[in-house]
Amino acid sequence: MRHIISLQLENESGALSRVAGLFSARGFNIESLTVAPTNDETLSRMTIVSIGDDGIIEQIVKQLDKLIDVVTVTNLTATEHIERELALVKIDVNPNFRAEIDKHIDEHGGKIVDASEDTYTVEVVGKSQRVSDFLEAIDALKILEVSRTGVTGVCQKREY
Amino acid sequence: MKLNGAQILVNCLQNEGVEHIFGYPGGAVLHIYDALDACDNIAHILVRHEQGAVHGADGYARVSGKCGVALVTSGPGLTNAVTGIATAHMDSIPMVVISGQVSSAVIGNDAFQEVDAVGITRSCVKHNFLVKDTNDLANIVKKAFHIATTGRPGPVLIDITKDTTITEIEFDGYPKSINMRSYQPETKVDAGQIDKAVALITQAKKPIIYSGGGSVIGNASEMLRSFTRHTNFPITQTLMGLGAYPATDSQSLGMLGMHGTYEANMAMHDSDCIIAVGARFDDRITGNLDKFCPYAKIIHIDIDPSSVGKTVGVDVAIIGQVNDALNALIQALKDKKLVNIDAWWKQIEQWRGVDSMAYQTKSGVIKPQSVIEALYEVTQGEAIVTSDVGQHQMWAAQYYPFDKPRRWINSGGLGTMGFGLPAAMGAKLADPKADVACVTGEGSIQMMLQELSTMLQYDTPVKIINLNNGYLGMVRQWQEFFYEKRYAMSYMDALPDFVKLAESYGHIGIKVEKEQDLKPALIEAFKQKDRTVFVDILTDPSENVFPMIPSGAGHHEMLLAGRDEMASVNDEGLHLV
Ligand SMILES: Cc1ncc(C[n+]2csc(CCOP(=O)(O)OP(=O)(O)O)c2C)c(N)n1
Ligand SMILES: [Mg+2]
Repeated sequence: MRHIISLQLENESGALSRVAGLFSARGFNIESLTVAPTNDETLSRMTIVSIGDDGIIEQIVKQLDKLIDVVTVTNLTATEHIERELALVKIDVNPNFRAEIDKHIDEHGGKIVDASEDTYTVEVVGKSQRVSDFLEAIDALKILEVSRTGVTGVCQKREY
Repeated sequence: MKLNGAQILVNCLQNEGVEHIFGYPGGAVLHIYDALDACDNIAHILVRHEQGAVHGADGYARVSGKCGVALVTSGPGLTNAVTGIATAHMDSIPMVVISGQVSSAVIGNDAFQEVDAVGITRSCVKHNFLVKDTNDLANIVKKAFHIATTGRPGPVLIDITKDTTITEIEFDGYPKSINMRSYQPETKVDAGQIDKAVALITQAKKPIIYSGGGSVIGNASEMLRSFTRHTNFPITQTLMGLGAYPATDSQSLGMLGMHGTYEANMAMHDSDCIIAVGARFDDRITGNLDKFCPYAKIIHIDIDPSSVGKTVGVDVAIIGQVNDALNALIQALKDKKLVNIDAWWKQIEQWRGVDSMAYQTKSGVIKPQSVIEALYEVTQGEAIVTSDVGQHQMWAAQYYPFDKPRRWINSGGLGTMGFGLPAAMGAKLADPKADVACVTGEGSIQMMLQELSTMLQYDTPVKIINLNNGYLGMVRQWQEFFYEKRYAMSYMDALPDFVKLAESYGHIGIKVEKEQDLKPALIEAFKQKDRTVFVDILTDPSENVFPMIPSGAGHHEMLLAGRDEMASVNDEGLHLV
């Protein structure tokens, strides 16, 4: 099953490679990984999406917790949470298909953030699934380039 | 007080109570050596190879329970140390390794003797630090010792750039305490889990205690003894745990696992309640996981939550120090009644009757098992025994019953050939009054031979017991069993004359070729209190380690000497190491 794991890390050089190294050394799978600073300048927030059965996810959480630079680990999937991903998609816009493409953008809540004579750059935001659905809806041949941020998320409770 | 980084480092080490450092100099650490030279309460042991430094610090830590310290230079100094660091990491040994690094201004330029030390060691340390600013140094040293010695211990690397050691700053003393929000290793034992464990223990008809290295590292021998006595349960110990509970006691079933006793493995297999104490269910212990302990409820005591449920699912997890957990169990069991387990003990006595450690003697050859038995006799079971890796290691573990902890020193997790000799040197420095024996093989000893020279310089007399079977015996055994006797590269031609070799290093060499010479030679060796003696003993080249659970098999599918001369392995087993 797919799990979203959220970490707070000490903002130290090397902290990211400790996490990434742990996943490769122990053969855990990473679907996506995002990391950025937070309002507390001593901390970074990292969000990892991984796939595994409950035993593996439990090991992942414990092994992450064991890393000295990791301050907190939360399995968001085990609680009420909000998940978001953003994708920028550059699309080949042939006038014959423009109407169809516009329809897909509309249906998936996409936003055209840049347009040229024959391309669109579309921003899609939502659960990963929405991004994937959008990419699927646009015929693969029309996609020139995709850049997804990977998932980020927060727990809905005030504290956890 | 204005000090440079190197002087600050030495000041920090003094404050940590460090008395011995094992190391080797080089360009990046010259300032540190200069500062060490001016310090007269830290003894520095100049090894002959950095791997020897780390194994030396490791043996020292295992015997003393203190944090071992090693010091190496950048580049090749660090890479040579990596095997030692990984060895310590696998066996959870408290250690701080200090490495020099090129100056921060040239980091990343592929400078002379630059390697990414933090990157290379990341997966084999508990934690590591790169220090680029002298102002950070004291705090990092404090953190390093704190991390290395608390919770589940392990090696911590401090990689220090050369400019950090040179820069002078105003130093206002070593920090008294350290607070790390991201590292809180000590957990209180959970009362709810104790209750659950007690419920299982009080119902157990076929209980067994399975104790590991955590009982040694956690200094829990006394408590383990009380718990075992209190319950009258049988106890088996892992290769890493030997000595925490006295092997000669009647409740002890000996070692379990791949080369464990019949009674230990059969009792594990048939048990209905296993109490794992500071043990981690590794593959040498469990054999085939699908066949592991099919009837048992499992209670697992460990300081490291990630050890719990890693390979084997457990019913009750007690996270905390072994001492605290056992103490809580003893208190909780005080007014409880246990099931009568006479029938269980009767069954165990039957398994004991199989006498799985019996071996065939042959006239004209020295059996390796008999060497260990003679060693036990001559040292009256009181020696510190370090070992290398191979058949000799298993025989030492099987035939030298350890009654006290921190006397059996071996690389169980990584299985590092070359560990034994430098570890013996470290052991002798930690406990100068003890007799120290290094049980080794002609293969392993050649991996760290150069430390014979260090041992002369620093006067660390140990007895090297070389079980010379002319083969990389453990490899040969697997080839005999699983590769139809195709002995690819397990025979070493052109062995040195170990007697002359020992002599050329300034030690005593004794060669033993006949059985009747064995005991007199050992007696003579141990009489030489202040000399290192290399006893080269020609042992039966064809002897195999029994009993054995072949890879892929279960505990109840053991092979016994005499009964099963040849092992076979299934396809699944062939994939295992
Ligand atoms: C550094 C290292 N390389 C290779 C091995 C694989 N290995 C395990 S036991 C063994 C043979 C050891 O031979 P020896 O020291 O003569 O001991 P014996 O088994 O003959 O008693 C080998 C090569 C190892 N454990 N460590
Ligand atoms: Mg050999």
